[in-house]
Amino acid sequence: MHDIATSFINLDAITILYLFGVGFVGGLVSGFIGSGGAFVLTPGMMSLGVPGLMAVASNMCHKFPKALVGSMKRFKYGQVDVKLGVVLGVSAEAGVLYGAGIQEKIKAAYGDAGSNLYVSVAFVVILATVGGFVLYDAWKTYKSGNANTEEKAGKLAKWVQSINIPGTMVYFKAINARVSVLFTIPLGFATGMMAATIAVGGFVGVPAMIYVLGAPSLMASATELVIAFVMGLGGSLKYAMHGMVDIRLAMIILAGSLFGIQLGAMGTTYVKPFMIKVVMGVIMVIVLFSRGLMVPVYLSQLGLIDKLGDTTVKVLKSSSFAIMIFALLLGAFIVLRAMWQGRKAERLQHAAGALEHGEV
Amino acid sequence: MATNSTKKKPVGKMLVMGLISLALYALLLAKQDVVNSTFAKGGWYAFLPIITAFVFSFVHGSFTGDFWTVLGVEAARKKKEVK
Repeated sequence: MHDIATSFINLDAITILYLFGVGFVGGLVSGFIGSGGAFVLTPGMMSLGVPGLMAVASNMCHKFPKALVGSMKRFKYGQVDVKLGVVLGVSAEAGVLYGAGIQEKIKAAYGDAGSNLYVSVAFVVILATVGGFVLYDAWKTYKSGNANTEEKAGKLAKWVQSINIPGTMVYFKAINARVSVLFTIPLGFATGMMAATIAVGGFVGVPAMIYVLGAPSLMASATELVIAFVMGLGGSLKYAMHGMVDIRLAMIILAGSLFGIQLGAMGTTYVKPFMIKVVMGVIMVIVLFSRGLMVPVYLSQLGLIDKLGDTTVKVLKSSSFAIMIFALLLGAFIVLRAMWQGRKAERLQHAAGALEHGEV
Repeated sequence: MATNSTKKKPVGKMLVMGLISLALYALLLAKQDVVNSTFAKGGWYAFLPIITAFVFSFVHGSFTGDFWTVLGVEAARKKKEVK
């Protein structure tokens, strides 16, 4: 039906293992922070020869079943606000459609390089502002010694919660307050637009829930999985209607990511809430450098700067991809380490409790 | 190793779901030519990849959940709700 449908890559054992592995690490991170992995998976698939749109579509088709499993797991821990997730998810869906439309227009007007430049610039701007702020906030919490105390809504969130617009107010469990949907709709829309643009809506959705709505980090990252499910399902259907999903790739990635997401979700029960911000902020800031490296490549392809040499392009591309993989691995390492320490502390506490009990 | 020694581990369920999952993946890869040509037809055929994703997530999700439980990796017990 579409020429893209003829571009299915051959799968060998190495490719399968690679997709499984990246899926696992991506799943681990998204189980913990609510999103992630896509920024490596999409270019990762493209590096295997999968056309860009098919990579985005196949990534989306693994995302929604993964998010479903992850959100169900975290729901058991009392971390999910389904209502907030659905409300934001529906508006995110609109954002995805709008974002995809912009992408198509840019691609039609400026070709692949134009589209890639737009994606990279969006990455750099969003990650620099939001990622920098998230990391700064996590650092502030760590330094203040308040890492163990309950998170409080910030000034902006308090203001948002104080605005009463009759007929639009909805109570959300995650926030424990009524908020106007006139605030949630643009946030969901922005999340969707980011998902369609940089493939990781959560980089906007989670910080928005924390800083604009006042949700605790654990609730925000868990609720993001509901948004990812709603958004991913709609997005996958849209892409599948154009025959762009390579179900083999999606399911192989899913195979690894379902192992990861279960682990990442469990990890959240062991850590202090600010760790969500640490992992998210660290990944965002590192990915920022990765995408930043690609900006000159696309500028040169568009003829906006002097043409770069083939070797330079190759070095920049490989470095960019390596940095992205490093970001994901570092995120996974922090999650596993935090989980390991949490488990150790729990065991010690349990042993001390048993000893005390025995003495009485 | 296990954090919860009182609960019985779901070894049987894990094995059953693991085998079904393996069979699904084997089928998907063995019939990949047919799958590729049918699933990418677009239009109403779009529901095929979506249904497949749901089926795999149910079977493989159940398997992976039990897999970690059997290995003794479970959520922290005291924190039921974290705010």
